[in-house]
Amino acid sequence: MKDSMTLPLDRRSFLKVTALAGGGVAIGLYAPSLVQAQGPGGGAAAWSLAARDYITVHPDNTFSIIAKNPETGQGIRHALPQLIADEFDVDWSQVKVVQADLDPKYGPQSEGGSRATPVNYDPMRQVGAGGRLMMVTAAAQQWNVPASELTTGRGAVTHASSKRTATYASLAARVAAMQPPSADAVKAAYKNPANFAIIGKPIKGVDNVAIVTGKPAFSLDIEPEGALCAVFEKCPVFGGKAVSANLDEIKRLPGIRHAFLVEAIPAGNNGLASGVFIVGDHFWLANNARRTLKVVWDEGPVATQSTVGYTAMAKRLAAERASAPAPAPAPQGGRGGGGGAAIGDAEAAFKSAAKVIEAEYYFPLLSHAPLEPQNSTAHYTRDGSLEIWSCSQTPALAHPARGAGIEPSKVTMHLVRAGGGFGRRLVNDYDVEAGKIARLVSEERMAAGLPTVPVKLVWTREDDMTHDQYRPSGYHFFKAGLDASGKLVAFRDFVASANSVVPANEFPRGFVENFQVTSAPVTPFDIPTGALRAPGTNGVSFVMQSFIDEIAIAAGKDPLQYRLDLLASPVAPAPGTAGGFNAARARGVLEAVRDMSDWNNRGRLPAGTGKGVAFQFAHAGYVAYVAEVTVGANKRIAVNRAWCAVDVGRQIINPLHSTNLVQGAFVEAMSHMMGWQITIEQGRVVQKNFNAYQPTRMNQVPASIEVKFLQTDFDPTGLGEPALPPAIPAIANALFAATGARIRTVPFGDEGYAWT
Amino acid sequence: MVYSLSVNGRTQKVDVQPEMPLLWVLRDVLKLKGTKFGCGVGQCGACTVLVNGTPTRACLTNVSTVGTRQVTTIEGLPADASHPLQRAWLELDVPQCGYCQAGQLMAASALLARNPAPTDADIDTAMSGNVCRCGTYMRIREAIHQAARAGRRT
Repeated sequence: MKDSMTLPLDRRSFLKVTALAGGGVAIGLYAPSLVQAQGPGGGAAAWSLAARDYITVHPDNTFSIIAKNPETGQGIRHALPQLIADEFDVDWSQVKVVQADLDPKYGPQSEGGSRATPVNYDPMRQVGAGGRLMMVTAAAQQWNVPASELTTGRGAVTHASSKRTATYASLAARVAAMQPPSADAVKAAYKNPANFAIIGKPIKGVDNVAIVTGKPAFSLDIEPEGALCAVFEKCPVFGGKAVSANLDEIKRLPGIRHAFLVEAIPAGNNGLASGVFIVGDHFWLANNARRTLKVVWDEGPVATQSTVGYTAMAKRLAAERASAPAPAPAPQGGRGGGGGAAIGDAEAAFKSAAKVIEAEYYFPLLSHAPLEPQNSTAHYTRDGSLEIWSCSQTPALAHPARGAGIEPSKVTMHLVRAGGGFGRRLVNDYDVEAGKIARLVSEERMAAGLPTVPVKLVWTREDDMTHDQYRPSGYHFFKAGLDASGKLVAFRDFVASANSVVPANEFPRGFVENFQVTSAPVTPFDIPTGALRAPGTNGVSFVMQSFIDEIAIAAGKDPLQYRLDLLASPVAPAPGTAGGFNAARARGVLEAVRDMSDWNNRGRLPAGTGKGVAFQFAHAGYVAYVAEVTVGANKRIAVNRAWCAVDVGRQIINPLHSTNLVQGAFVEAMSHMMGWQITIEQGRVVQKNFNAYQPTRMNQVPASIEVKFLQTDFDPTGLGEPALPPAIPAIANALFAATGARIRTVPFGDEGYAWT
Repeated sequence: MVYSLSVNGRTQKVDVQPEMPLLWVLRDVLKLKGTKFGCGVGQCGACTVLVNGTPTRACLTNVSTVGTRQVTTIEGLPADASHPLQRAWLELDVPQCGYCQAGQLMAASALLARNPAPTDADIDTAMSGNVCRCGTYMRIREAIHQAARAGRRT
């Protein structure tokens, strides 16, 4: 294929056509709109406008369609090609999905923030619709008939009155010579969504056959010819340094080819830790050598830190600062909430309130624990370039380049399916390590007159769990005031922050006269933190929606109706909540889940069984759950059923996968609620494997999780994240309804609870 | 040490250390990448293979202990995905990230071999050693029922 990197002379002409050898044609896209937001630091993007090739028309009238984004199980590898294929008007069976490499011509190629759908929905439709428009124009020219008399379908153009049909492949040569249509013409050619044949249909995962037959499909399965395998021993204490190690002894072990002690390369979470690489013929040999490895570590200052210490300081801060009137500035790194908030005068309102309640809530650090441990394979070659196969969610040439000490332009990156992401692979420390060890190995081999080889870096589960970027913990100290009618008149949250979310923009902000959120930092706190699925709200939803439940109970009200009543009464002048919160949409999901779950008849449930509700606005989506739980003897809990109402706009691209995502989010929420926490002792992580970090298992999941998508007249937004957070408080609130026990700390396993 | 292993009906010699786990012999010596590494301590089930038909954690099974027993991996299921379980997995779109599914399928195939009509409780008992981080359990359960029904019809 001819490379087409020329800039468009006319920005209205953003489709570019390139003839292919063999009679095909490739259709690409210029998309100025994509070149905005996603550059480093929110500034201008690093890439310029460039041609992009998405569709290849093959001579047999089948079509290769590019999947531009990395796939970690969220289904984007078929979701984005579905958009192109439908507008192009081909049959899904004619489509072969091809994973893109990392290439600026594809614009943003990342998974995170549930952004792939909103960012790509329109551009992908434009690719397909523009392609179809050119096919129609070509057929009109060929037959000398008006384009308005032509229809398309299954990759062919038809002129009904003269009974002529031309496949797209037969029109390819003519299309290749055509001027591309304007953006306005392409948008005018969009399908009516009522006629979507692929968008909104239950398309199945494109890698499913490979997965069920055991074909190599994942990053860990990548093994270029001659590859060696590396493991990397890092200091168990964050920030610790390797001083010396018995490298000579290690190198004498059978099957061990190289060993290196390396210095740290500081670059935040995407830096290189100090440590020892061991490189062997295969993983087990390299990893087994760690039993012989002796490293002298300088553990550094973090070795004095512990979860117990953080908690003690949080309580001290709350005692000193929670009632302070002025909001303290939010700490650096706080997510989702920005700084504090002070609306009205909460402290004064507490004094005149008919009823005041207070509560302390806590949620812990969490590890992401994707089932595929981190890994990356790289080959540093004699010419100083690096080829890498990465399972990153946010692939970037800069990371392996940093490790290898080369320019990013010398890196070629292939995107490989990952065994889960959940935010862990937003950080690419393994790519930095792979770049480093690939260069060290190749240079040592070149010096010995040997050919360079690829190196596959593999982490163990223990490496993964003890060297993550953890979901920040949250210490929340709440106070609420109610008037004599039970109306919420004052709401306060003090956050003792360890890089924590400060929920300054969360509901009930905008629906209570006096609202105050403040924070103060827990220091020192030097545990790396990062984004876990639904980073702004995955913990905050538990504390906020549990405390709202407490407020409703204190008011003697139905907790679901109490939320609806609050949402129906914005405070004038309505500050609203940030991020475009729409109270009508929140009420919509609550009302829907009330009806789905037969909420109003919950009084008929047997003793020991209860229903709980929670809702969350997150990542532009609205989600409400009702969970029904039964609590037996010895605090044994079963979630019997769950109901979920979702509003992510007017179009669900793939209802099958979307339902799967919601159900999976609920199952993940059960892990957060019952079993998961990371604690720190002497600056190191205590939990090392799944035996101490139990995920939800099959015998614990409810008999059904019923999902309803409300189709509202708003632009489609992402789903992977918003479906998670409110599931946790829905279960917690159901536990309260069943037993009267209010649990304010996750995981509930620490409070003696266990799944039935 | 040289061991003679019967994997998916084929006997192959491997020259490895006796304590090398079967998982890594399969993946790195025999180059059968379908069996997955998840935890290395028998907690997640991603490495589940059948040894004489019994679901076994390959990460905890030293190669020296396998002997002449028959090892079946995901690659031992039909390559055309025609096994009732594979077909049910495809029809119900079970995989999300898919990384655990080889282990899930092997555990499920052992279940159906000894119990052609499992109840939900039978499935939960047989499958609870296999973690799915994405949470596809409800579809796995449904797919096992569907495959069981298909198996009984044939």
